Amino acid sequence: MLFRVIARNELENLYDMLAVNHVVGPVSRGDDTPTPMFDFDFVYDFKELRLDFPSTIHSLKRYVLPPKERFCTFTIQDNDWQKDVDLNAHKPIVYFGVHACDINALNKLDKVLSGSVYPDPYYAAKRKNMFVVGINCNPQPYCFCHSMGTDSALHGFDMFLTDLGDDYFVEIHSAQAFDCINKLNSREPDEQDHIRFLEITDKKLKKFTSHVDNTDLTKILDLEFQSESWKEWGKKCFSCGTCAAVCPTCYCYGITENVDMDLQGASKIKQLYSCNLLDFAEVAGGHNFRPDSYTRLKYRYYHKHRGFVEAFEEPLCVGCGRCGEACLAGITVPEVIASVRDKENNNE
Amino acid sequence: MNKLPFIDVLAGKEEHGRKSDLASFEYTYQAEITNVYSLTNTEKLYQIQIIDPKERQRFCFKPGQFVMLELPGIGEAPFSISSSPLRHGDLELCIRGAGNMTNFLSLVPRGTKVGISGPFGTSFPVEQMYDQNIMLIGGGLGLVPLRAPIFSVLEQRSRYGNIDIIYGSRNPSELLFTYQYDTWRQFDIDLSIIVDEGDETWNGPVGLITSILEERIAAAGDISQNTFAIVCGPPIMFKYVCDMLVKSKMPIQKIFVSLERRMHCGRGKCCRCNIGSTYTCLEGPVFDYWSVLNLKEAI
Repeated sequence: MLFRVIARNELENLYDMLAVNHVVGPVSRGDDTPTPMFDFDFVYDFKELRLDFPSTIHSLKRYVLPPKERFCTFTIQDNDWQKDVDLNAHKPIVYFGVHACDINALNKLDKVLSGSVYPDPYYAAKRKNMFVVGINCNPQPYCFCHSMGTDSALHGFDMFLTDLGDDYFVEIHSAQAFDCINKLNSREPDEQDHIRFLEITDKKLKKFTSHVDNTDLTKILDLEFQSESWKEWGKKCFSCGTCAAVCPTCYCYGITENVDMDLQGASKIKQLYSCNLLDFAEVAGGHNFRPDSYTRLKYRYYHKHRGFVEAFEEPLCVGCGRCGEACLAGITVPEVIASVRDKENNNE
Repeated sequence: MNKLPFIDVLAGKEEHGRKSDLASFEYTYQAEITNVYSLTNTEKLYQIQIIDPKERQRFCFKPGQFVMLELPGIGEAPFSISSSPLRHGDLELCIRGAGNMTNFLSLVPRGTKVGISGPFGTSFPVEQMYDQNIMLIGGGLGLVPLRAPIFSVLEQRSRYGNIDIIYGSRNPSELLFTYQYDTWRQFDIDLSIIVDEGDETWNGPVGLITSILEERIAAAGDISQNTFAIVCGPPIMFKYVCDMLVKSKMPIQKIFVSLERRMHCGRGKCCRCNIGSTYTCLEGPVFDYWSVLNLKEAI
């Protein structure tokens, strides 16, 4: 990784340079009351960009794994049909101002969607055509990314900015980003910049208030599989699937096929799903493998904090806290895991 | 800065006649329903042939694997293959009309073009079972995935020891593949059939599959060595059958089960078939009994 320092007013030049492409960035949503809300959207002016955003409603998942996506279309003629596949990626997009947790979420999705067997071309096409400019964040009360080890991004971006006050500390991670920074007024960081950079990181670490204890969590989840706390959380859970909708790493989906009105064509639609929805594990004939709301809630935690760890050595959760913020019943990951761990401690 | 280049991930998607992984993700073989047989009131046996002769010959699967069958505009669903692996892309699928898509399928005429993708999943390790005795235990529709390993065994009958097929069904009218029982018996296979409720045409045993399994285990003598078991059936059956086999000292790594889950992709992406985070479509549907015990809520 190479490092550079640019002056604060150079940022607009950087934006202008990238803005020959389509740019997606954090913008404010609604009328700032009671608290301002932010979300990623296409940006057409540097002034719309709100790089001071605390967190966005949705993550970049909306762009790499759209909630609804057409996998293919069929042209049907009598008894004959042809399948046409469109990957729904037609242009490179610059993502300007992405927090480390969302970059790490993409890295985790990479492992399962494009790194394992049967790589998903729909995801890969969008992921390959990304230019990601990360930005350092200000931890919110619900963030527990430090516990999940995702508070800093090590790869998966092109450029990462850290606000030093009058300057930006830039980490460069691709040839295109290097090209870009060379056209700006930049300088090599000196000792003073290093110190300022580390101070900012230190300050950020002190701001985390939510924590999850991950020590031996996979084993504890197995030990506490029959724990009563799951049932208590299950009673609260509405099985609405909001958590999965805002989660940056939830990728489960369902497929539906529709015939066009004129019977000349059909389409295959992928829609993101949630394992908390009632019919998630129902099979033909009506048998449901997870009929109770607590078994589905438990499954979600097992997939994220146990199964994925077993497969890829890291949990599928990035600790962004969006699910807890969005949950209608107020169920948060740190509370659920703490309650399951507590049971374990009490038993001892 | 110039515009960022657009990267086409499907570029160079076909080299030396082989598709790249990304290009094969959404690829379906065009296939044709060549024949339909009614097995019972609800189950039909479909003979489905991949149309392109080259693709048909190249299509290889192992007993226990499944394919995704696609009816454009209606739906896509996983079905275990119940024909012999030697027949390549000339498949037989036994399908019960249970949902939207399968009920539609039961209405379509011969010659209908469908899509096949796959094969997916793990298989029964029939090569490991050479010179060994095999117990194939099926309940209800569970005979369907067992039919592929039965064919594999029949085709190389002399390489195996005693073969027991134990098949339980709700009533005589729901028995599948009745026309093949005589052929199987001619190949020196002990076929025992039991039904939950008999009727006037039935003169065989009546009761649960476990009662006849007990008899067969007693007849087989020592099953702690040289015997493999392949089990498939409804979830409640797995538990009792596998418990009985374990009690009779059959090693758990020699018991193979084929699990059923809802699948939307078959490629380890949609998570619908997950048990924990084990994908039934990638690490299954065939598991040995140790893996089943190791997975929470598998059966």
